[in-house]
Amino acid sequence: MNKEYFIKGIKDGIPIGLGYFAVAFSLGIAASNAGLTPFESLLSAMLLHASAGQSAGYTAIQEQIPYLEIIIVTIVANARYILMSFALSQKINPKESTLHRMILGYYLTDEFFGLAISQESYCNPYYVFGAASFAGPCWSLGILFGTIMGNILPNNIVSCLSVALYAMFLAIFIPPAKKDRAVALLVILSFISSFVLYKFVNISTSTITIILTILISSFGAILFPRGIENEE
Amino acid sequence: MKNNYIYIFIMAITLYLIRVLPLTIIRKPIKNKYIKSFLYYIPYVTLAVMTFPSIIYSTESTISGIIALVIGLIVSYRGMDLFKVTVICCLSVFIVELFI
Repeated sequence: MNKEYFIKGIKDGIPIGLGYFAVAFSLGIAASNAGLTPFESLLSAMLLHASAGQSAGYTAIQEQIPYLEIIIVTIVANARYILMSFALSQKINPKESTLHRMILGYYLTDEFFGLAISQESYCNPYYVFGAASFAGPCWSLGILFGTIMGNILPNNIVSCLSVALYAMFLAIFIPPAKKDRAVALLVILSFISSFVLYKFVNISTSTITIILTILISSFGAILFPRGIENEE
Repeated sequence: MKNNYIYIFIMAITLYLIRVLPLTIIRKPIKNKYIKSFLYYIPYVTLAVMTFPSIIYSTESTISGIIALVIGLIVSYRGMDLFKVTVICCLSVFIVELFI
């Protein structure tokens, strides 16, 4: 029973793994630009499995921000996992062991969360473990190769791959902005205020991310609280 | 000079706690609509702030960055999937930079 779920997980993990590799490769270039060694970035990939989170982390490392501040950066850049973790807790059999929950938490990424939630009734953790056993290493290897190759590839290739991460972000937040006016307004507000702070105030991009995320999300929550009716 | 390993381990521990604590400890749904809304908006705002203006300074020339941003906005608005949007943006930077 669990074995079947594990094998099905591996199969569904293949497309995720291929996507991971491509995105991780460009993130590996960012890691190398931030001054990480290949081993450091491989370690960060294996421990973090987080695109936006690692990206914010590499920027923070490059800017050498205080250790305390990187805790805040990590919490803010990965705040959506708090929500996913809450959501996933409702999707798991209350009898499920703490060990299984702890492994699920380790692999809580956007994609594995999507797989877990897509299952009918309670989520069988072995399904997610199967997917993670294939796609997890793809992510780490992508980062490793990106970090190594980033220094070897010609400038114009690195330049065009550097945009990949931001393109991926666009593909994540633009579709919900199209569907939801409140999100659209907050995205526009984020663009404008981020640009203004970047141009005219001398603070690090990590700090800008923290300040604006907290301010604009609070602003959104107060002005456009979400009721049951606009729940997805 | 700070130590990169310390940064990585601080991030790893913080991130793991974020992911695992609600999953293992809290088993009731969040009721407060303001907290729910705040958590709901966070990912979009964070990603938007991280994307702009950084995207236009990520490439060799600002012009190719701006063009990639505009094209990326259009194709993602049209509903293209993550992988296609990424490939199209990369290609547009590559092509624009051939002419600069």
